[in-house]
Amino acid sequence: MRRVPLRPLAKIIRAREAGENPDRIERENLRRRNEDLRDSQRSQAEGRLLVIAALFAMGFCVVGAKNYKLAASEPMEPRAAVSTHAIYSQRADITDRRGRLLATNLSTHSLYAQPHLMTDRKRAARELAAIFPDLQEEALLRRFDGSRKFLWIKKTISPEQKQAVHDIGDPGLMFGPREMRLYPNGRLAAHILGGTSFGREGVHSAEVIGVAGVEKYFDGRLRDPARARPLRLSIDIAAQAAMRQVLLGGMRLMHAKGAAAVLMDVRTGEIIAMSSLPDFDPNARPRPLAMGDASDSPLFNRAVQGLYELGSPFKIFAAAQAIDLGLVDPGTRIDISGPLVWGGYEIHDFRDHGPELSMTDVIVKSSNIGTARVAKRIGAERQREFLGALGLAGPLPVELVEAAGVRPLTPKRWSDISTMTISYGHGLSTSPLHLAAAYATLANGGTKVSPTLLASDAAAEGTRVVSKAAARAAVEMLRETVIRGTASMGEVPGYQVGGKTGTADKPRRNGPGYHDDRVVATFASVFPAGHPRYALVVSLDEPVETSGSAPRRTAGWTAVPIAAEIIRRTAPLLGMRPGHPRTGGWSDPGGPARLAGN
Amino acid sequence: MKSLLYAAVGIAVMALAFWAYRENYATQESIREVEALQREIGELRETLAVQKAEWAYLNRPERLRDLVASHWDKLRLVNFSPDHFGWTEMVPHSPSRREGPGGEGPDR
Repeated sequence: MRRVPLRPLAKIIRAREAGENPDRIERENLRRRNEDLRDSQRSQAEGRLLVIAALFAMGFCVVGAKNYKLAASEPMEPRAAVSTHAIYSQRADITDRRGRLLATNLSTHSLYAQPHLMTDRKRAARELAAIFPDLQEEALLRRFDGSRKFLWIKKTISPEQKQAVHDIGDPGLMFGPREMRLYPNGRLAAHILGGTSFGREGVHSAEVIGVAGVEKYFDGRLRDPARARPLRLSIDIAAQAAMRQVLLGGMRLMHAKGAAAVLMDVRTGEIIAMSSLPDFDPNARPRPLAMGDASDSPLFNRAVQGLYELGSPFKIFAAAQAIDLGLVDPGTRIDISGPLVWGGYEIHDFRDHGPELSMTDVIVKSSNIGTARVAKRIGAERQREFLGALGLAGPLPVELVEAAGVRPLTPKRWSDISTMTISYGHGLSTSPLHLAAAYATLANGGTKVSPTLLASDAAAEGTRVVSKAAARAAVEMLRETVIRGTASMGEVPGYQVGGKTGTADKPRRNGPGYHDDRVVATFASVFPAGHPRYALVVSLDEPVETSGSAPRRTAGWTAVPIAAEIIRRTAPLLGMRPGHPRTGGWSDPGGPARLAGN
Repeated sequence: MKSLLYAAVGIAVMALAFWAYRENYATQESIREVEALQREIGELRETLAVQKAEWAYLNRPERLRDLVASHWDKLRLVNFSPDHFGWTEMVPHSPSRREGPGGEGPDR
């Protein structure tokens, strides 16, 4: 800043000559100087205020950001080995309805090699081959001698194997931590659980991803670290084990190619047990078949993915609908004289039962002709709507990744002849689980039941499909069928089983028509008929019972005894008390027992 | 007076510096302790998971069935079946009650 003198000589002389007071010039200059000084000090103070304001603003921002971070961040879980694991992904456990483990994780180690760090490759290869019988010494040595600097030897090894590899003492053999999925029950619920495999792999960790079944359907939820609580399924391990054992024994006894069974709670739609044989061990999931029919692989879930013409169990749907529409009642006489000829097709009965039967007896004696005549009165459009409302026309909403792609095979043109054949279960292919869900709907008083694999405590309230009275009448017909009809072997004292058998010829795989000696035998049932609690469907693929003089293939001889044994074994395990031997009175499990006498 | 104030402030600053120094080390010690505890919790959880898995593995229905079969002569365990449920009238009532007034008790 240029300093202006207070009394510039030139101006003072000029002022003196003009006779003015030179002090005024000094005062004027002093005033200007003071003004300049004040201006500069003000701007300095303003600048300081600005800096302080900025500092305060930053301070508030820091406090605010910290508050936000505390409020919005997830609480940290204590983790194993905080510093060493870069990625630590613990997959949530899966348990059955009572909290017993179905799938869990084990931390193990993977084994990898860095050949350029190895001291003695030959010895390492020899000793590794001795520890792991599935490894070949020559193949290992060839891989070690290759140009790669890193190679996996084993994805998971046990602690004993790890110690043994440690004892080789080669610096080029290294271990990485690995999470391994373990299914302690082995094959028990293989198709439900599905299985896992490793996704992206690193030295320090690897992703475990679901590849099938529940593991894949809930992959996101199981991997979400914020939801570490176990996934509780509706399966009951004890019932599942009993069902699988009975079904396996039955399948061998009946020389069947495969078998499937589904046990469902009719109030909630929970699947209590579901089994498909042959099955596999999810701990060592086999590879899918590269060629041939996928349904021959043990990976194929017959209960969910298998679409079969299930036959006579469908008759009850025609009966229930006809009663619901007011076309018939259980006592109405139905003309069953045959054969019934329609549009070039002939419909026969397995046995001749005379000229006419009551509606109940059409079901009890399983008359194709009678059911077809009833279905004709219902009509194609109403039948299609009804079967759709029962859930038999589309994929099931069950929580398995495979289920979404399973669409029942319905005829392209729903003609009159289709209506008739579908009424007794031919021309429409569904899975056993579809059938179980439809039976559960009838047993639940006619409101729709959707199958689920998740444990739920509340009964789901579905839309009404048939009237309560029609559903009740249908269940009573099913009970009659077991008491005096084709399913007489299905009687389990105390449990009032009601059900319908079905023996359907298998369609030829290539070419039209049906096999003469290959059948799918099915028994669809509900119990106890008085207050239905459970629906059970047992289906056998190509069974033949050879204890008699001629081979027997009908469901009454094959599927029914197996279903009866499953009910006898599982119902007590589910806490269901049998009815009183004398009065037959049946009481709610867990509820007060209804006493006889007194 | 002024020098006394300066001395007091100086002593206060030194005292606070000492306190902050000590707090710093105490904090670091606590952090180390927490980390060690978390590691221990993690390890214990891992052990627990192994124990649970082993328990589930040892209790798998298949193995229990084999054990029941191999110890049949000692245990005589059979499958749970409907006839294992009892009824109240299977319980014998005491004679005094049966002879009591009104003849109460279930019809036998």
